[in-house]
Amino acid sequence: MSDLALPEKPAAASGRRPWLSLTGRFALALAATIIAVAVFGPWLTPHDPNAMDLTARLDGPSAAHWLGTDHLGRDILSRLFVGARVSLGSVAVTLSLILALGIGIGGAAGFLGGRTDQVIMRCADVFLTFPTLVLALFMVGMLGTGLVNVVIAIALSHWAWYARIVRGIVLSLKHRDFILASRLAGTGRLRIFWTHLLPATMSQLVVLATLDIGHIMLHVSGLSFLGLGIAAPTAEWGVMLNDARQFVWTEPHLMIWPGLALFISVMAFNLLGDAIRDRLDPHLRMEHAH
Amino acid sequence: MAGFIVRRVLLLVPMLLVASLIIFLLLRLGPSDPAMDYLRLSKLPPTPEALEEARLFLGLDRPIAVQYLDWLWRALHLDFGVSYATRRPVLPDLLLFLPATLQLAGLALMLTLGISVPLGMWAARHRDRLPDQIVRLVAFIGVSMPNFWLGFLMVLLFSIELGWLPAMGRGSWMHMIMPASAIAFMSLAINARLLRASMLEVAGQRHVVYARLRGVPEKTVERSHVLRNALLPIITATGMHVGELIGGTLIIESIFGWPGVGRYAVSAIFNRDYPVIQCFTLLMVGIFVLCNLLVDIAYAYADPRIRLSAEGVE
Amino acid sequence: MTSRCLEISGLTVRTMCDGRERELVSGVDLALEGGEVLALVGASGSGKSMTCAAALDVLPPGTWRAGGTVELDGQVRTAREVRGAYVATILQNPRSAFNPVRTMRSHAHETLRALGMGRSGRNARVEAAMIDAGLEDVPRILALHPFEMSGGMLQRMMVALALMSEAPFLFADEPTTDLDLIVQREILDLLERLKKTRGLGILLVTHDMGVVARLADRVAVMDAGRIVETGPVMDVFHRPAHPTTRRLVDAHLSLYPTLSPAEPAT
Repeated sequence: MSDLALPEKPAAASGRRPWLSLTGRFALALAATIIAVAVFGPWLTPHDPNAMDLTARLDGPSAAHWLGTDHLGRDILSRLFVGARVSLGSVAVTLSLILALGIGIGGAAGFLGGRTDQVIMRCADVFLTFPTLVLALFMVGMLGTGLVNVVIAIALSHWAWYARIVRGIVLSLKHRDFILASRLAGTGRLRIFWTHLLPATMSQLVVLATLDIGHIMLHVSGLSFLGLGIAAPTAEWGVMLNDARQFVWTEPHLMIWPGLALFISVMAFNLLGDAIRDRLDPHLRMEHAH
Repeated sequence: MAGFIVRRVLLLVPMLLVASLIIFLLLRLGPSDPAMDYLRLSKLPPTPEALEEARLFLGLDRPIAVQYLDWLWRALHLDFGVSYATRRPVLPDLLLFLPATLQLAGLALMLTLGISVPLGMWAARHRDRLPDQIVRLVAFIGVSMPNFWLGFLMVLLFSIELGWLPAMGRGSWMHMIMPASAIAFMSLAINARLLRASMLEVAGQRHVVYARLRGVPEKTVERSHVLRNALLPIITATGMHVGELIGGTLIIESIFGWPGVGRYAVSAIFNRDYPVIQCFTLLMVGIFVLCNLLVDIAYAYADPRIRLSAEGVE
Repeated sequence: MTSRCLEISGLTVRTMCDGRERELVSGVDLALEGGEVLALVGASGSGKSMTCAAALDVLPPGTWRAGGTVELDGQVRTAREVRGAYVATILQNPRSAFNPVRTMRSHAHETLRALGMGRSGRNARVEAAMIDAGLEDVPRILALHPFEMSGGMLQRMMVALALMSEAPFLFADEPTTDLDLIVQREILDLLERLKKTRGLGILLVTHDMGVVARLADRVAVMDAGRIVETGPVMDVFHRPAHPTTRRLVDAHLSLYPTLSPAEPAT
């Protein structure tokens, strides 16, 4: 029978709640591990990720190659480690670009107001309307292929979500007394933005950015998988999956590992994003579903 | 309702114009030179004379506004130019591949709605118990799963291990099951959770209590008060899912050898084949805008507050 | 419908608060006869509305009925049997009580269908009930959605929905809150007329002693989840026994010294 009428489970006894939930802490540990692998990967890899060994092609797992080797005899585990670096590195750069664009453009729109605001937000609306992947494909078409262009393309297709939030918060705070007071005291506009308005947007931006890490990872590797991102010899999870597709019938393990690495990383950051959202901003829900 | 639809359709015109302008300008103002790409794809040596000639031939010497208006004028006559790489008219080629893409994306949309609605209802009915936890887990896997990897895993299981489904190509409906499911999985997962939340919110509203107080049986309360109203945000979300599904289709096509626009577009992007990129993007924008129009109409149909206030303006 | 007496006994509602169970309504007993108005009064949060919701088993999330029975003419009934068929309800703040995407016609027909009434007689019954509730322009109003109607119209529609169910009892939970004074008076007049012409037994939940003085035959006073005093309206106004009752009556008299039931009695 329906449970819709039954009472909700009573809230847990209030008391000292940990800053992050249990899953949140688990996700944090997992994400930290992935980041550590990305940072220290080159020192951890058992083999040179690009060293070919044509005598040991498509080997299964062994003591020397824990996860086996690919079609050029390269060690898969080493390539996964280095792939983490490329994935997370490009996500970090993309997110910094998005944040810079979002804060700059959204802040300008909210702070300057008037016609500037209108023009900027009409532009942003166009970006908000269209699916980010199609936008990113178009941007790559405009800029050309390659990792740098993919990163720029993804940043250009996501900034509007951040700009909208920053603008909204700046707009709601702009006429508060403490802002007016510091303007009367002769504080410069840029300084006011920097010291008063920007910190107010931080918690929402952090939540949005953490939730977007996984999403951007999927974009980067998806575009690489299509052959539009990183060129072939570089170890990247999407590229590795693309390499593995011709061996699906004969060597399925080649495509298991990079996919699993991508899946687990995306999940770790999604879990972390959820936990941080629940903590910092329980009202921001489902609004940013792309 | 008719007035509402007419006004929404009229709103599309400036929207599409702005989109076409942005697409045109970004491609022209982008970092690379179309004349250069034209020569490269025509396998001609890029001598200064050849470049000059290509520029003249492509009309790049004229002011950008004239170029845009010229392109727009031809586009209105369904002439989107000729591909640099194949030397064939762009639009007929794209329209040749488009039906396959739309077929796949359409099936994915049906799967998304057809599975997520019962799943979300199931979770909401058994809040915080096993079904809810299962749906939560599925949703979590769904939003983290790269769809192209899911496609591979399905091929591995259903084609290679079990031999149930064909791994490649387009033919019977059997060919569509795996690609459409791989595309739909993420949207389906998001939608199921959205419906769950929406149903629980509506279930707490006063009009639901009042329906019970009037003696309306529980089944009817759930169907015509809780679900009926909880579906409104789902209609809005469907607009977003359409975009996700089209994007997903473009990627998934390459795994299953599905003869859609995705592969054609990717090779055009790779080659910087401007006329194709331009036409492809505009086509996607057009489809997406059209889908959103349908979603808006469906929403207005389902919610009299929107429908009637829109008519009140007339 | 021949039920002439509705009896609630031992009604208890609990909730979880800070990890411990707390009682919101404790062993409430009430008896309501056909053709009388029993006012359930008390300060906000005393458990009046909770009592009604518990009797009909529509408690809000986080609370549950821990005990109590509802009897009709001496026979124990489940809330599902009672709802709609024997007890109709009108609520305060009618704007949020109607489904925003459904018309009045849909609400009316749904109510009658729930009572097992066939399609044939429905239109006539709906029209009669609406006219009885003071909604004259029946076809136009039936086509309206809640957001197209005024608060007063919606409240009348609630009364009409209660009437068309032909239930012998009516729970009216703060039926005049949030309405302007003229509409308040019209609704109270309407309830009084229905009591007389249809012999309805009305449980009137309110914190407004003016409404009590105007409409009630008997009064039950609630405080902290318990009934602390029951009696005819005159006795309660003139010889309040419990301190809570005294406070309520004093507060009322200090606001409206001329509206005490002594006057209508003369």
